[in-house]
Amino acid sequence: MRTITAQAITDAVAKLAIEANYYLSEDVYNALEEGQQKEESPLGKDIIGQILQNACIARDEAKPMCQDTGLAVVFVELGQDAHIQGGTLEAAINAGVAKGYIEGYLRKSAVAEPLFNRKNTGDNTPAIIHLESVPGDRIKILLAPKGAGSENKSGLKMLVPADGIAGVKKFVLDTVISAGSSTCPPIVVGVGIGGTMDKAAYLAKKALIRPLTERNAHPEYAKLEAELLDLINKTGIGPQGLGGCTTALAVNVEWFPTHIASLPVAVNINCHATRHAEITL
Amino acid sequence: MTEQKKITAPLTDETVKSLKAGDSVLISGVIYAARDAAHQRMIEALDRGEDLPVDLTGQVIYYVGPSPAKPGEPIGSAGPTTAGRCDAYTPRLLDKGLKGMIGKGYRSDTVVDSMKKNGAVYFVCVGGAAALISRTIKAYDVVAYGELGPEALARMEVVDFPAIVAIDCEGRNYYEEGQKPYKKL
Repeated sequence: MRTITAQAITDAVAKLAIEANYYLSEDVYNALEEGQQKEESPLGKDIIGQILQNACIARDEAKPMCQDTGLAVVFVELGQDAHIQGGTLEAAINAGVAKGYIEGYLRKSAVAEPLFNRKNTGDNTPAIIHLESVPGDRIKILLAPKGAGSENKSGLKMLVPADGIAGVKKFVLDTVISAGSSTCPPIVVGVGIGGTMDKAAYLAKKALIRPLTERNAHPEYAKLEAELLDLINKTGIGPQGLGGCTTALAVNVEWFPTHIASLPVAVNINCHATRHAEITL
Repeated sequence: MTEQKKITAPLTDETVKSLKAGDSVLISGVIYAARDAAHQRMIEALDRGEDLPVDLTGQVIYYVGPSPAKPGEPIGSAGPTTAGRCDAYTPRLLDKGLKGMIGKGYRSDTVVDSMKKNGAVYFVCVGGAAALISRTIKAYDVVAYGELGPEALARMEVVDFPAIVAIDCEGRNYYEEGQKPYKKL
């Protein structure tokens, strides 16, 4: 049994919130550069140029790339031999989110209740926490701020097995086309296939944190990712929806066993700033 | 680089008419920040027969909810938010003299019809280029609804704010025109 203090978790989460919002990860930056080179629309090239320049300004001036610094989505891999001392994991994470969003001058975009009052919580808590138990005595924490422009255009459909591969492709494409420009293309598309309704949505979110350079380990799903990317880049939507061939930088698909009668598909869209930062304690 | 046309805000009718869908512009002058929550407040004021906190004649509204300013800076990162969330409120503001809007994303047919009727233009700027855009904002002063925090109605002074004409006053839509040549499905 290894002991990790709640305070260490709080401090780590605060740092991750700031890092994820200020510094664009290398895989995304490289994918944008590659997209700019391939882009055929002159305006599209300019737009990606502004996005790359923005990433450099944010890094150099230590400020958020985007004003929508999101809800804090936190993926935790908790080693089952790790013991947290001085508070619960959830409280430690939320304290870290509050600290990071306040000290980092990040926008507080969380409302305490969604329908009637919608009062801002003031510190961007609560985080959306996904907990997984793993072997070992370490804790891996990944924080992915998620903006609403792209989140609002995500979708889920309970297909039936007869809909098959064509049905999956059609739903992904329809979701991207109807999302259009407000997701801030070039986008990253996370697709979750299988499980139950909630599992598919979780997989789609999880797909977004996989590096853009990594394909699905299963060859057929890797092929599906490439085919979906090609289809999406033929929609013409382009950078910011103003036309071009760089609508998406990557499509990441995750899958899970499912019911004999089901084929759930979830599509979670991320903007060009696919932000995440991680640490292992 | 595509050519960038320099324009001044507030906008004159002449400027509005000179702008065509697809034009890249650099805006200098005064614009106002407001998102859906501030729009709702303005419409409620109009419903009560009150004046708006700002005379909108010739003005430009930027759909933005900035991140907090660091000490010594006028504003934090300040990129555009989705314009469509303001669609329900926009025609009444256009009737009050609003001449320009800056945001991201498509607009409803009702908004486009009202833009044609009132002679107004819809600009977009690059969503997520918030640190770059914030460099062009020299002053940010809340004028109403301060309790909305980043969603307050605020006056902004801008110099060479980069934007693109997405829908012009004749209703030409660059989202449609720009996408067409690259659509290969």
